[in-house]
This record gives sequence, C-alpha cells and structure tokens, in this order.
Amino acid sequence: MAKVLLKGNEAVVRAAIEAGCKYFFGYPITPQNEIPEYFSKELPKIGGAFVQGESEVASINMLYGAAAAGARAMTSSSSPGIALMQEGIGYISKAELPAVIVNMMRGGPGLGGIQPSQSDYHMCVKGGANGDYHNIVLAPGNVQELVDMVQEAFDIADQYGMLVIVLADGLIGQMMEPVELRKPKARPIEPKTWALTGPNGGKPHRIYNLKLQAPDLEQDNIDLFKKYEVIEKNETRYEDYMMDDAEFAFASYGTASRVVRTAVDKLRAEGYKIGLIRPQTLWPFPYEAFKRPNIKKYLDVELSMGQMIDDVAIACGDKNMIEFFGHTGGVLITVDEVCDFAKKIMGGAK
Amino acid sequence: MSRIDRIFCAGFGGQGVMSMGQLLAYAAMLEELEVTWCPSYGPEMRGGEANCSVTISDERIGSPLINNDATVGVFMNGAAYNKFKNKVQPGGKIFMNSDLIEDSNPRTDVTYYKIPVNSIATRLGKIQLANMVMLGALNDQAHLVNQDMLLEAFKKVFGAAKEKYIPINKEALAEGAKAAAEMFK
Repeated sequence: MAKVLLKGNEAVVRAAIEAGCKYFFGYPITPQNEIPEYFSKELPKIGGAFVQGESEVASINMLYGAAAAGARAMTSSSSPGIALMQEGIGYISKAELPAVIVNMMRGGPGLGGIQPSQSDYHMCVKGGANGDYHNIVLAPGNVQELVDMVQEAFDIADQYGMLVIVLADGLIGQMMEPVELRKPKARPIEPKTWALTGPNGGKPHRIYNLKLQAPDLEQDNIDLFKKYEVIEKNETRYEDYMMDDAEFAFASYGTASRVVRTAVDKLRAEGYKIGLIRPQTLWPFPYEAFKRPNIKKYLDVELSMGQMIDDVAIACGDKNMIEFFGHTGGVLITVDEVCDFAKKIMGGAK
Repeated sequence: MSRIDRIFCAGFGGQGVMSMGQLLAYAAMLEELEVTWCPSYGPEMRGGEANCSVTISDERIGSPLINNDATVGVFMNGAAYNKFKNKVQPGGKIFMNSDLIEDSNPRTDVTYYKIPVNSIATRLGKIQLANMVMLGALNDQAHLVNQDMLLEAFKKVFGAAKEKYIPINKEALAEGAKAAAEMFK
C-alpha cells in the first residue's frame, strides 16, 4: 500500500479504524485534539459513534461500558486528562476488559503546559490508580510505529483482556511522517462470550469490580498476576541501535530516543563506542536488554526529571552504572546537549 | 555521505508557511525519500507566529528537530527573520521575503536569496500565492525535489476540489524559480 503523509494524531484515527475500532469517547485537550476531531468525522460514516463526554471521568467510564459490551473502543487524552481518568483505568483493569487509550504526553505536573514531554512514565507504567495492577504500555518512536502499535493495541487488549496504553507525546502527535497502514500479525483472539450483550435466553452475564471477601479478592489478584507473567514473557519489546561493540549505552524511548539516535550517529563518527537501547514496551519493561557485561555505563535520556531510570536501575542491578540527562516542562533536548552529556561520562574512552 | 536537508520555515499565520512545508514534505515522500514535518504549536491565531521544520533524507531520520543546524531557512516576515535567522547553520541558505524584510546587518556566513514574493504574487493576481512563489524559489535553488513533484503534492494535500488552482500555482512556482535565478545573473 502506498505511503501517506500523516500527522501522528490523524494516524492514530486511521490506524484505530483500520483495526476495527468503532467507538470513541473523549474530551478535548491539546496536543491531541486532532484525534477526537478526526474521529467525530469518520466514525458516523462506518456506523460507529463518537461521543464527546462532559469530562475525562465520563469518557473513561463510557469506554468501560463499551468494553464491557464487547466493542472495540478507545479514548485519548493528554497528561492531565489521563490523570483524571485514573479511577476508570483501575476499574477497567480490575474487570480485565480490553480497551485502548492513547496518551499524547505534555509537560506537568498539574495542568502543566502544552509542549511535548515524557512526564507520565510513572503514572502510566507504574499505575496511577489504586491496587495491584498493570496496563500494557507501548512506546512508539515515530509515526509509523504509532500506527503499527495502535492497530496492534486492539489485538493485544483482546488477546489478554487488558487495557493497553499507547504512550506517545505531543511531538509525535503533531508531527507528520510518511506512514503505511499495514496489518499486524494475527493473534489468537477468543470470542467475547463474556460480553454484556443481554442473556439471549441463557444466564445473565455479569462483570464485577467489588469483591468483599478478602481471600476471594486476593485470589483474583494472584490470577491477575499469573496473566501478567505470560504477558511479560510474550510481549516485551525493545530495539538495539549500534549495540554490537558498544561500551556505553543510551537508554531512551519515544521522541527522546530519536534525538539520541542522531547523537549516537555523531558520536560514532567521532569514534565513540556507544549505542542505544530503546524500550518499545514500557510495561512489560525489557529488563533483559540491560544485562550486558560489556557496558560500562547506561546513559538514560528522557523528557522528564528521570522516571524510566528507575526501571533501568532495576534492570542493570547497579544504580552507580547509570547517568541521567533530560529536560522537562516541554523543553526539548538537542543533539548537541546529548553529545556533550555523553562525552562527559565517557571521558576520552573511544 | 548520505543526504540530509533541514529546512526551517517561519512567518506569520495565514502566510501559508505550514502548507509550504507540507508540500515540500509530501513531494519528498513521493520521491521515496525519508521525511519529517514538525510544526510549532501553541495557542493558535491568525497573524500569530507560525513555523515548521522539514527534514528530508535518504536514510531513517533520527531527530526531527532543528536547532541551529538548518541547511535552509525560509522567512516570510521580519519578525520571524529576526527571531530565527541564527537557526541556519554557517554555509546555509536563507530565503527571505524581501517585500517585508530588511536587514541592515546581514549574516556574512550564509547565502541570501532575497525574493519579493508579495510583489510577484500580487502581479500574478493573488497575494495568497506568495508562499508558492517562495517555494518555487527555494526548491529551485536548494535542489530539494523535482519541481513537478510539488504539484503532485499539491493534488494530494489539497484534494480534487482544488485542482483547478494548479495552473496558477504552477505559474507561481515558476515565477519564484525565475526570480531566484535572476538574482545571480
């Protein structure tokens, strides 16, 4: 199929519709407004529905309802909006319903700003709602990967009964790149026999959130984490760049990793043996990717004060092996800054 | 060495700065090159500041951001020029709308292309063509894409309903290219 030049936000809509998403519930917020705008035009054409909720809280609960009814549905927002959705995110996670959320992150905390940031790693990867749960978090590094991941998110959600968050940022949402809409690999997806579509003459279906007997609730959690183990085994993903003979490794995801990739090219041209490990799934986190005996230091670069760095530290088992560089609040990192930071760490080591 | 062009376009909202960048990006994609287009975004308003960065390469593009390493700068008004002229790297090219920009203290380490795009567009009958005149000048002198590909891109970006405007836009591109070429006669 021929490539088209699409804005990240528009690409989300094209990919979701291609994946069979028929329902979108959301509330406007910069920098992701093209997503609801485009959905509002497209979904009525295919017999679906676009609903602008009265708030993010309403929108996430509409998604909860649509998912419970067995529909392919999604919402999108940006950082403060995702914060408002946390209660619903917890409920969907407890109910083990398949649903998709796109978060085009912006600067925080609080209402923050509207420029690109990676400030929501903790909220989305570690869980912003109460209780023991995980969401699958996919981290696209460009618009093509965004398209691929949004499509796949629906299949992953259905396969495991999971809420999948596509964690991108304002820059990926706003920028245009050539993309190709292609089908993800086929996955084993069971029919949704549990969906709340009416009893149809049989027993009524029920989806519970409350469980008042402590041992029963504990058993639910144990079962949930058995499922998580399978996901950790099957779905962990990362990409290496120039890692074969590397003695130093950047750790970076999403937009930050693009700047880092160019910095790797520049540093390699000067003779430095440095590469990049780019996690594509943030939960499950690719811990195995950071167990490399030849690496002297991991250089974590994020558009935050340092959030993924906690997972890199767990992964390599030695916090003294990690250095951090980042900007926040919507300030972007530059290639030169990343190179200077790396050279300081590497000294003369070439 | 692989090819990489980093084009920074700036002006005020309504001057067609964003669509100029998009046409370039689309045309490059049609030539099967790698390309990124990044807008500045913020509280939007007509007459407010508008800029975009286009990167064209024959390899996968890492950073899509332009700092002070633009190979080409395109400036449609004085405010944008004064604010961003240093985004162009030494040895780069600066295309300026000479109808709206004067600089008594120009940089000495770049090549200037001073194109009266407003006057040319007005002569063609529509001030709205100023961005296409600039695009014609820029593409001709910076050797970015095949000029015909910009018209193919025009069809894709603006759709069938706007195809009737292709002849006048083609003329605008040609006039821009001519004006740029004449500078060096």
